[in-house]
Order: sequence, then structure tokens, then C-alpha cells
Amino acid sequence: MLSKRIIPCLDVREGKTTKGIKFKNNVDIGDPVEMARYYYESGADEIVFYDITASSEKRNIMIDVVRRVAETIFIPFSVGGGIRNHEDMRNVLLAGAEKVSVNSAAVNNPDIISKGAEAFGKQCIVLGMDVKYVGKSENIPSGYEIVINGGRTPMGIDALNWAIEAEKLGAGEICLNSIDADGTCEGYELMLTSLISENVTIPVIASGGAGKPEHLFDVLTKGKADAALIASMVHYGTYTVSEIKSYLDKKGVKVRNSW
Amino acid sequence: MIAIIDYDAGNLTSVARAINHLGFKCLITNDTKEIKNANRIIFPGVGAAGSAMESIKRLDLDKAIKDALLSGKPILGICLGTQIIMDYSEENDTKCIGIIGGKVLSFRFDNKRENISWLKIPHMGWNSVMLQIKHFVLSGLKDNDEFYFVHGYYPAPEDNSHIIGTTVHGISFASIIGYNNIIATQFHPEKSGKPGLSILKNFCVWEPC
Repeated sequence: MLSKRIIPCLDVREGKTTKGIKFKNNVDIGDPVEMARYYYESGADEIVFYDITASSEKRNIMIDVVRRVAETIFIPFSVGGGIRNHEDMRNVLLAGAEKVSVNSAAVNNPDIISKGAEAFGKQCIVLGMDVKYVGKSENIPSGYEIVINGGRTPMGIDALNWAIEAEKLGAGEICLNSIDADGTCEGYELMLTSLISENVTIPVIASGGAGKPEHLFDVLTKGKADAALIASMVHYGTYTVSEIKSYLDKKGVKVRNSW
Repeated sequence: MIAIIDYDAGNLTSVARAINHLGFKCLITNDTKEIKNANRIIFPGVGAAGSAMESIKRLDLDKAIKDALLSGKPILGICLGTQIIMDYSEENDTKCIGIIGGKVLSFRFDNKRENISWLKIPHMGWNSVMLQIKHFVLSGLKDNDEFYFVHGYYPAPEDNSHIIGTTVHGISFASIIGYNNIIATQFHPEKSGKPGLSILKNFCVWEPC
């Protein structure tokens, strides 16, 4: 039986993580390669990197980060942020990432999913979705709307319809981020997560709102997520990946507990 | 030298990186002469069976792999490489190389009807392997070790003695197959952390009898 995956997420700007992690000895480390190594060794099942570098000239710094991460850790990792076309995908995958995640670019140009899946295989293509609850309407029958540009631009697209469409186009996985829950540390958006997860056959990674291990338990059971993204709860040393896993294990959620 | 066979099926650099990390030398190649000269062969790959077989035939790699099998040198198949050595794959209705008898079948679940936990396709993520046969390449593994899988099809060998390990995803399927000097995993050892690296390391020193 598949284990539920626990996935730390790192934001990287110009080659540095924007939030350092505090190791047990309280040393702040902002090097994405060292952080990846730390999470790899503490039982992370996968790692997600978001490149939030604003200037496009400095984007190739990320390629070097990807290459160094690939030489250091031997678990899958994905890279998102600033992926606009086929060429960007190829660069990230050739540098050693297992998967590439597209978000705004796929909403603006859904072809990027099908072209990417055809060229590199479905398993490489993760659809990132930023979703906001707006209430049910004729245009948004599920009540959940797709927003892009980091949550600033509502698109008038129904999140459930977009997830189903993206699966047809060839997305291999969905990383589902709730704008409402993001940053609250009060738990994942369970209704949204189970709605999407039960209506696609591809795996769904829940994102946004994790503050304590109970939140992961909820989203991996009631929320029917296949994996859970975590950030500040591990970056600040409040919990370790291994503590979260042993909590889930005791509660009967199957996790990988040997590494 | 270890030859990693390149048949235009996905990114092979992660396998090479893992082998280099373990301190062994390897070469990514589609040259049949280099494959003949290598003392070990890794046959990896991600992607679809149909286009993979086209490239394999075009590059004459099917013969190179059959020759390697007969020569007795150790061969490791990974993921699509494990499927393509079977007789036939349901994916793109493809006739494959045929050095292990049996078919490659597609996972089919009716999630609405099956009142079990929701089963996703592809089978993506970490899962355990029940070892059916003791094998040098798998020595040192612990019972609860897990491996990283990503696939929508699985190998179904005709001969049970070719099944080395099994995994459950809705059904129980063969996740490690092989005989004599060939061993092939449906999962990705190069992406499976320390237990995966241990398999690769064992393979690099394996002397099949």
C-alpha cells in the first residue's frame, strides 16, 4: 500500500531560501542545497522548490541550485515558479529535477501541460493550482475559483473543472493550494481537497494551512490527499519531518518510516 | 565500466548521478559497441512503451541487450526498462524485447465501486516490497524499507520463479523480476534514498553465478 507523502516546500530567491531553517543547534541556514540535505536525512519523501526570483536574468541561478540538489539528495524533487514554456521545463528536468510544476502559465496557456507531458512524460508535469472560495455561482459551480499571479488575479475559472481538464491534458499530479488557508497555520482546506481528490484519478498534494501534525492527519484522511506540503512548521524547527511521521504512524496513517 | 543505455526515454542523468555518488564509473550510451565492451549494463527509462520500442529497434539495442544477457554480464532494468524486457505491453499495444516471458498490464480500478481506499493511477509514491526470493542485489534491505514508484503499468511474468519481489497497489504485482544475470525493478532505486542506493551499490559489485 502506498505511503502518504510528507513534502517540505522551500521558497528560493536568487539562489537562497527566503526563510532559513533552524537546526537543533539554532543555526540559521539559507542554502537550499543544505536544507534539502537536512530534509532528505530527516525523512522527507519529496521536496518542492519554488523559485520566486523576480528578475528573469537571474533565473539561471536556480538551474545551478537544481543541479547541486540533484547531486546531494536521492529522492524526487520538483521545481516550480517562473516556468513559462517547454524550454524552461527542459532546463529544470535536465538539471536533475524529477518533476516540474506549472501554475499561472498553464492557466494562460493549457497547451503547456499537453506539450510537456508529450515531451517529458506525464509523471513529470505537476499542475499547481491556487484556489479561493468565492461561493457557488453559475460560472463557478463548485464555489472554488482559480486565482493566479500568487493569488492576486481571479480568473473566473472553476477549480474543479480546471483540475479535471488538466488531468485530461496530461498533468501527472496536482499540487492544490488554498489561498484562504495559506499562511494561517490553522489547517488545510479539507472540503476543497477532498472535492478535487475524489474527482481526479491522479494524486493530489494538499498545500496551505499546515501548523501542526493534526492538520496533516486531517487532510490525509478526511481530505483524501495523497501527500501534504509543509513549510513553516518545519522551517522554524517547531516540528521535524520525523516527528510528524511518527505522529501519523501512531494514528494509523501509512507513512514511510525507514530511511 | 557500467553502460547506462540511452534509448531517448527520459532523463537518465539521475541514474548516472547516483552511480557516480557511489564511487563507480558509468557512461550513458546508445552505441552497441560500447554496450558490448561494458562489464555491467543498466537499462532505465521513463515514458511510453511504444516510442521506446521504436527507438530500441532503430538503434539495434534489442539485440545488444539479448547479447548482454547471453554473455552473463549483470543487467539492471529500471521502471520502463523493466517493462520493455517482457514479451508484450498493453501500453500502445507494443511487442517488446521478450527476455522475460509475460505481459505488461495496465492498472484498472473502479474507485466508485471498490469500497476500499481511493486508488490513484499512476501508482506514484513510496511503497514497500515483499521479497519472494533471496538475492545478492537485495542484501541488507530491511522489511520496512520503501521505494519510489511512478507508473501506470506493471509487469506480469508468466513464470513465478521470475518474480523476486511483490508490491501491493490495489492488487499485488511483481515489482522486482529477473533470473540468472538480470534483475529489474519497477521502482526507481536512484530516487529511493538509502535503500535504493544500497541496491545500486550491490548491483555494481554483483557477480552472478
